[in-house]
Amino acid sequence: MSMITEITLIAVVVAVACALPGVFLVLRGVTMVSDAITHTVLLGIVLAFFITQDLNSPLLMIGATLVGVATVWLIETIQRSALVSTDAAIGIVFPLFFSIAIILITLYAGDVHLDEDAVLMGDLAFAPFRRVDVFGLDMGPQSLWVMSVILVMNALFIFFFYKELKITTFDPAFAAALGFTPMIIHYALMTLVSLTAVGAYDSVGSILIVGFMVGPALSGYLLTHSLKKMISITVLIAVVNSVSGVQLAFFFDTTIAGMIAVVTGFTTLLVLVFSPRKGLYKQQLNQKRARKLLDKRIKTLT
Amino acid sequence: MLIELFTILSDYTFQLVALGTGIIGLLSGVIGTYATLRKESLLGDALSHAALPGIGLAFVMIQRKELLFLMIGAIVSGLIATALIQLITRKTLVKLDSALSLVLSSFFGLGLVVLTAIQNNPNAQQAGLQSFIFGQASAMLQRDVQLIAGVGVILLTLVVLFWKEFKCYTFDPMFSRTLGFSSKVIEFILSMMIVLTIIIGLESVGVILISALLIGPSIAARQWSHRLSRVVILAGLTGFFSGVIGTLVSSMGDNIPTGPVIVVVVSLFVFASLLFAPKQGLIARRIRKREKQKHFLTRLNDLKEGQS
Amino acid sequence: MKKESAIQIDKLTVAYEAQPVLLNISLAFKKGKMTAIVGPNGAGKSTMIKAMLGLVEPVTGEVVYQDVDQEAVSYKELKNRIAYVPQNTSVDWDFPTTVRDVVLMGRYGHLGWFKRPKNKDREIARQMLLKVGLPSFASRQISQLSGGQRQRVFLARALAQEADVYIMDEPLAGVDMKTEHIIMKLLKQLVAEGKTVLVVHHDLQTVEEYFDDIVFINQEVIAAGPVDETFDKQTVKKTYHRDRNLGEGE
Repeated sequence: MSMITEITLIAVVVAVACALPGVFLVLRGVTMVSDAITHTVLLGIVLAFFITQDLNSPLLMIGATLVGVATVWLIETIQRSALVSTDAAIGIVFPLFFSIAIILITLYAGDVHLDEDAVLMGDLAFAPFRRVDVFGLDMGPQSLWVMSVILVMNALFIFFFYKELKITTFDPAFAAALGFTPMIIHYALMTLVSLTAVGAYDSVGSILIVGFMVGPALSGYLLTHSLKKMISITVLIAVVNSVSGVQLAFFFDTTIAGMIAVVTGFTTLLVLVFSPRKGLYKQQLNQKRARKLLDKRIKTLT
Repeated sequence: MLIELFTILSDYTFQLVALGTGIIGLLSGVIGTYATLRKESLLGDALSHAALPGIGLAFVMIQRKELLFLMIGAIVSGLIATALIQLITRKTLVKLDSALSLVLSSFFGLGLVVLTAIQNNPNAQQAGLQSFIFGQASAMLQRDVQLIAGVGVILLTLVVLFWKEFKCYTFDPMFSRTLGFSSKVIEFILSMMIVLTIIIGLESVGVILISALLIGPSIAARQWSHRLSRVVILAGLTGFFSGVIGTLVSSMGDNIPTGPVIVVVVSLFVFASLLFAPKQGLIARRIRKREKQKHFLTRLNDLKEGQS
Repeated sequence: MKKESAIQIDKLTVAYEAQPVLLNISLAFKKGKMTAIVGPNGAGKSTMIKAMLGLVEPVTGEVVYQDVDQEAVSYKELKNRIAYVPQNTSVDWDFPTTVRDVVLMGRYGHLGWFKRPKNKDREIARQMLLKVGLPSFASRQISQLSGGQRQRVFLARALAQEADVYIMDEPLAGVDMKTEHIIMKLLKQLVAEGKTVLVVHHDLQTVEEYFDDIVFINQEVIAAGPVDETFDKQTVKKTYHRDRNLGEGE
């Protein structure tokens, strides 16, 4: 495979893996919680690295994922104290975790092959250089494998718990009354979000992951009324964004993840304006038509 | 140890940086209070990320790292982001938190695209542009501090001048309109002030962490008082001391980044306030709850004894 | 007729996103009278009030107030003479502000931009708090008040505006008996002083006891006039059982 094909493939897999849980993050209105997670898993990565001394250890992924889940728990605990609103709780927790991670990285910069720029910005261009080989046989880029596994896990979770996800998202109180514990589904989803963030950070970087999760799902949300269709559209848009983002990045010779984020913002904006379901343009048209009718009625009345 | 501390405290560079971060902390504490009270804490986070492409594009235009020009670029892209977020939340089905996530990541992505393009296009002046992402307080120059102080004086004057209007508007926007205060004017001034605060803090604290300075001090201060005037003053003081203490701690080691240390100090203030504040603090609440339980149990016992 | 009416609504149509909420409404509210505004949910009562206060832009029509010299003026020129008590849902109760402070906000309109409240303003706020029976609550944070007490604080804020016209959106919704009693007593006092009071009201049982005039609204004016002439079962039925889809058009 050529390098650009490999990069495109990784980009597509990362984008779809992020977009799937994104559907439910958007519907639940907790996308900023996922933004917090993508920042705090860095602390998990750093701490686990001190123990394992190996960036590729599965233990590192588990440790980092746990820190992501701990973030969610801490935000919710602070918010439950009723002293602080949800958004402020998010804004208190993630900068703290993130700061500790940055302090640790700079303090031990000599011993750690982690650098903060790489973690934040990520770089898809280097992804093909880290390869998996079994008995000397080249099995392709490592991040492709890791993200494919995560993608399959996310897809299976949505497939098997579709009904539960749907009902706990739509009406948590009703779901609880029916015996589906919304808490369990919530934390399962957040665990997957954390895992996805951990898997994606070295190719996409922590800050852009949230765009990968939110953008396509928002477009799906604006384009259809059916949850199933929303998931399909989301996946489709994620693929389109990542493929065109890679092409544009090569054309302009710039960061791939950054370019995909820009394309994602752009496609979402297009959908916001032109969506047949309450898009800005459609609203404008409807208003004009209704206004004409109204003027006519006022005339007949007076 | 003491001598070491004294040497740091009397060091000119330290004094300069501490003054700079202190003022930044003070301003973000004061201005951030209005953002948290309007339940828009995370707006600051989105806006700081959104400033990055403005900084990059301003650099592309003038090819020099002139702080004032970069700031103007940052203001422009910050205001565009604000307008975009408002348009999305008011005119479409999309909720605030999704709009924030979307704008935050696409603007930051654009910022990275521009910065990478600048890097691939070598120019001796570009060095340090990346520092806006993490902030680099130690690089603060005298004229930077002068600029920060100047902006600070303007912002604080506005807070004093519009005290009544801001208060009324944050508390009850509808009522403030019926009194004849244009909500558009007040909202614009407030957004402008938040954007300015973020931008003067970017160089030293960085894009990612500046939002913590906007949120933390006001949340800590809110636990100690029920009066807006006191909350604003306390938040300003908390922010100021966080800046100074953070700078002090980071100058004690060789390689401790200032921005993150300041955030840790702010967070300590927040968690201490949540725990120890009188009346509504978690510990005070726990004690009260226990006393109530005790009281209840003794009454229950009295009742039982009375029955038998 | 024009001479004695304090507020004149002329062919007012208001629409949200071109969907009409109020259609061609013409009304006159009399000076020194207490008028009830009655109609089912979604009938446009709150919208009418907002249009009167300049909070929503009408599609057509206008609202004309009469100032002291009986000259007709628009809302903008009369702002400080009109006090408004909103439905008490829009406020952030955890806001760090005391009861005294909220009442003092009623003086802000008289002060205009920049100027600070004077001792005189503080004194007026203190008196109004006394009037609504909450002087001992002055230093409390507003979240520590009951629903009825909150409503009284907002009435005190409106009283502190020392206006000629008082417009209230459901001031009696969900309040205790004591609060209802105090509010009605104060409103009657205002009317006795020659002020104009408009109240969006939901309790049809108390209409005859409390009000002088009544306006029935359901997108259009169904009926308007003195309570003893206008308030009857038939009009109530007509107002509440009206086809809601009027606004859809063909």
